[in-house]
Amino acid sequence: MIWESLWLTLKLALITTLLLFVIGTPLAYWLSATKSKSKPVWETLVSMPLILPPTVLGFYLLIAFGQSSFIGKFLDDFFGLQLVFSFSGLVLASVIYSLPFMVHPIQSGFSSLPIHLKEAAYSLGKSKTTTFFKIMLPNIKPALLTGIVLSFAHTIGEFGVVLMIGGNLPGETRVASIAIYDEVEALNYSNANTLSFILFVLSFAILLSVYLINNKSLNRIVK
Amino acid sequence: MIECKLKKELSAAEGKMILNVDFRLNEGDFIVLYGNSGAGKTSILRMLSGLLSPEDGYINQDSNVWFNAEKKIDLPIQKREIGLVFQNYALFPNMNIEENIYFSLPQKKDKKTAEELIELMELGNLRKQKIQQLSGGQQQRVALARALARKPKLLLLDEPLSALDHGMRTRLQEYILKLHKTYNLTTILVSHDPAEIIKMADKVMVLENGKITKTGPPISIFSENKLSGKFQFTGEVLAKIDEEVISILHILIGNNVIKSVSAKDEIAHIQKGDKVLVASKAFNPIVTKIE
Repeated sequence: MIWESLWLTLKLALITTLLLFVIGTPLAYWLSATKSKSKPVWETLVSMPLILPPTVLGFYLLIAFGQSSFIGKFLDDFFGLQLVFSFSGLVLASVIYSLPFMVHPIQSGFSSLPIHLKEAAYSLGKSKTTTFFKIMLPNIKPALLTGIVLSFAHTIGEFGVVLMIGGNLPGETRVASIAIYDEVEALNYSNANTLSFILFVLSFAILLSVYLINNKSLNRIVK
Repeated sequence: MIECKLKKELSAAEGKMILNVDFRLNEGDFIVLYGNSGAGKTSILRMLSGLLSPEDGYINQDSNVWFNAEKKIDLPIQKREIGLVFQNYALFPNMNIEENIYFSLPQKKDKKTAEELIELMELGNLRKQKIQQLSGGQQQRVALARALARKPKLLLLDEPLSALDHGMRTRLQEYILKLHKTYNLTTILVSHDPAEIIKMADKVMVLENGKITKTGPPISIFSENKLSGKFQFTGEVLAKIDEEVISILHILIGNNVIKSVSAKDEIAHIQKGDKVLVASKAFNPIVTKIE
């Protein structure tokens, strides 16, 4: 049971991070470049999960995608997709919940690049797409890595939002953080301890690797 | 040939300003835009390159229309075939020298011009180096080579040398002139340095508050026609030594330091570090061949 919940946690974190990378990178680029007046509103929405209690987010998702809601019924009728008390629901909630952890570092990475870099590429006849993939992305690698690792780590640490929308179904929505809570409730302290220790070591290793890699790339630029 | 008429409201440090200019460049011209910061020099370059859209006017390059407000034509920068060089080099940090230069080639095949430029800019030994390891002068040589590798007709240089020290600047000026002549470019340089301008430009356009107030050969612009010298040079005052009634100026002209004696009050306004014009009209210079 321990391994099942750990595997579920890793699977959730991997899928969430992958989706967030695909969604978050263009969003971060747009936020860093836009002159739109609506920018503060979008930035606020992206940052909301940072301060909003996870239970609030979970509650609204539960309401929005439950069987009694229009969206929930529509998704179930036409796509057979149930977002409440299911793994796909966890993925959706995690993507929203970890969005700022992917977008913020990448956005500041893009903003720190001199504007002339982009303009020089355009003046050499390169399209916006080529410039984005050949010039912008390769020059913010440390920021991309930070975004990926923080989103991954943050998804592993989720509890409230997962509990609200996913519940506690073994093999489907019972991720490690919830399993620990469950084991403690059942007074199985040794199982809770094993899981907690693994999560502790995992989180430490992930964050340490970010700092090591970023310090190294910093040194390379200074040299 | 490039003909343009540009109009745009710009927000400068002292509030709003209308940029309104009208000029024509012939093929092979070396033009310098001169003026105070905020006069609109960089904005003109950005409009020519397509990074900034004028509100009104047109830009025609030979028979191509780059911009026309009436016909709503605004060719994107990618299609204007210009070379653009910035003060801060703007090299791509994720590529080495060679990759930076090759990056500008349309297809991978035609490396001839790129190789020629690497040769001309004397970058052959450095080609695999990371750009972080280069000096400012070397970086700007790479930027010049990169800007010209896809053979643009118009080269736009936005204060490319102002971050470099004096010696490096002189050498880079030579490189730029060499490129200008080799590829028969039309070049526009933004510069603040009269010595540099006199050395390089065919024609100077003086910009004040968004308008071109003077146009002409650099010597006549900077000497303001007060002298009709038989020979004249520009230099920089290295030192001014005051004696009883006279002052001795030590002036750097090219690589030579000359001393000049003047009455004290005549040159009271000249200080160390000033750019000066040195001319003689009373004497016939003696010219002998150096062995």
